[in-house]
Amino acid sequence: MNNTPPWATEALWKKVAVWVTALSFVLLVVLTFDSMAKTAAGGSRVPAYSVVNKQIDYRYDQAAQRYKPVIGGEQPLFGKALDEATAEQQVSLGKKTVQGKNCINCHTILGNGAYYAPDLTKSWLDPAWISETEREKRMLAFLLDPEKNHVGYGSTRRMPNQHLTEAEARGVIAFLKWMSSIDTNGFPHNFKTITAEQ
Amino acid sequence: MANGAIDTAALNGGQKLALHYFAVALILFAAQILFGLLAGIQFVKPDFLFGVLDFNVNRMVHINAMVVWLLYGFIGAIYWLLEEESGIAVVGLQLGRIAFWVLTAAVTVVVLVYLLVQSGAGNDTTIWLINEGREYIEAPRWADIGIVVVMLVFFYNVAGTFSKGRWSGIAGVLTLDLVALAGLYLAGMFYVTNITVDQYWWWWVIHLWVEATWEVLVGCIMAWSLMKLLGVRRQIVQTWLYIEVAMMFGSGILGLGHHYFWIGTPEYWLTIGGFFSALEPVPLVAMVVHAVYDAGVHKFKSGNHPALGWVIAHAFGNFLGAGVWGFMHTLPQINLYTHGTQWSASHGHLAFFGAYATLNIAVFYMAAQKLRGNVWMGGGLAGNGWKWKWSMALLNFGVLGMTVALLIAGYEQSFVERAVEGSTWGGYFAAQNHPWFQQAMVWRLALGVVTAGGLVLLLWDLLTIGKGESRSAPELSPEADAA
Repeated sequence: MNNTPPWATEALWKKVAVWVTALSFVLLVVLTFDSMAKTAAGGSRVPAYSVVNKQIDYRYDQAAQRYKPVIGGEQPLFGKALDEATAEQQVSLGKKTVQGKNCINCHTILGNGAYYAPDLTKSWLDPAWISETEREKRMLAFLLDPEKNHVGYGSTRRMPNQHLTEAEARGVIAFLKWMSSIDTNGFPHNFKTITAEQ
Repeated sequence: MANGAIDTAALNGGQKLALHYFAVALILFAAQILFGLLAGIQFVKPDFLFGVLDFNVNRMVHINAMVVWLLYGFIGAIYWLLEEESGIAVVGLQLGRIAFWVLTAAVTVVVLVYLLVQSGAGNDTTIWLINEGREYIEAPRWADIGIVVVMLVFFYNVAGTFSKGRWSGIAGVLTLDLVALAGLYLAGMFYVTNITVDQYWWWWVIHLWVEATWEVLVGCIMAWSLMKLLGVRRQIVQTWLYIEVAMMFGSGILGLGHHYFWIGTPEYWLTIGGFFSALEPVPLVAMVVHAVYDAGVHKFKSGNHPALGWVIAHAFGNFLGAGVWGFMHTLPQINLYTHGTQWSASHGHLAFFGAYATLNIAVFYMAAQKLRGNVWMGGGLAGNGWKWKWSMALLNFGVLGMTVALLIAGYEQSFVERAVEGSTWGGYFAAQNHPWFQQAMVWRLALGVVTAGGLVLLLWDLLTIGKGESRSAPELSPEADAA
């Protein structure tokens, strides 16, 4: 039974497997270096943490035919402008709180997570906060006591009280505001922001 | 022993250790289903256990138990085949035994902390001791390090045994795959503030595990199983294994790009991710052809029908769940609307079950057979084998049913929440409150109960199958390899 054609031999496919795997992996590593350079905070896709001092919106871009974040004028968090280091510290506190309270097993973040509660990617811009002037106050009240301050939307689903400290809640708000400025290639599509509703 | 009594005397050292892994795997499988049911009830009745075991806790235990039981099953399966494949006793078996108890103690502590402590403050202590809050790899950092150590011991057992014994094609693929599997876990073990960078590396663990290294791992187990169950020629399964590796890594490594559409990464990922993930189902089709062809050529002659049945279920489940269901929503053109909806849950349920749970169950049946003194488990079992047949039917029907229910919910969400309402929180709840969505969630729960019934029957069957059987399994002499 030694009439196996070359294209059907174990030896050939072994070589193919090794080369295809190695090439794919090398390509992935090269692309990863490029992606890391392009997604560092402070670039055009992922703005610096001090973007929390600015007004942020998410609008349809006619040329690109997709939604893009738009960074506007000054709009500091809780009326106090933060330097870059303090802003990063606030965002980091917020992110660690989001991790420590296991938020991702109900919510999605950038569309990843569980689907029991709404996505948080652009939640800073959500019309749920009624108006830009009301927003910070309402977010803080909600995070500190979600049961008393929740908007039911006709659903009996509600967020349990995670017992955040006020500092943690302010950090979460900074994290959410910063995240809303990330260029997510148009996701979520067709999103009506709080300013569009005003 | 020919009367089907439990007898571990015929087992080799690796196989005795494998039984420990299988036992924990089955306990965690039961935990997965239990906490899945609790989470499923909460979708229908949100007040159920509110403030006691909230959805996020149940869901975390549900998905973590799944990941860990599948890994226990894989590790057990490899210990099971290690000595037969290499021709020698496991190298460093005593160390492997210690590693098992260390891992199991760690898993127990982590689960108790998940259930009793649940969450912590927004600082590094929480990340190190309680919960890392990153989906699928929530385990606190101390446990991460422990897992890496245990995986290194396991790797030493596998690589050491093969290098002292016989280096088959399966051995080579398996060993290299374990290097990748253990190495990738490191990509999930650091904290960064930048959420885009965080999720970038997080997907290295999640995607490259599940859609690359795990698929190759089950390819190895499948190749070995086909030789065992049907007496397929080694040369054929190994050639297929290499073809599968080429196609799996060739599509799966860059297919990673389909997770990089919307997390803030550059736009070229839309093209790369779309193209390569469209290729991802191809190796899975090959696997169906492979399994069915082999079974057909051997006229389904096997002394272990339950295991063969689950091997075939794996081939189809992998193709449908991972291949078809994955492809249906993986292109950016459609994923823009389906990302972050029940679509993902639908795909996840069928893919994890079809690709991984099924093959683990097949190995459990091979273990049960040998444990009973290698008795006959083909046609004409006591009671006509009703337990394994019904459990297989209920498990497959239950999971497929949940998948379809979640698919309906996902479609509804894509249209109502995303396309019409524009992804606001108001739009989200408009979709969640819609009778069509809620109906789908009731269906999901009902079929979850069916799945649980199938699991109970499976456990019962694994404990009793072959009891009192006096016939021996046929000696399958693998067809002679062409020189």
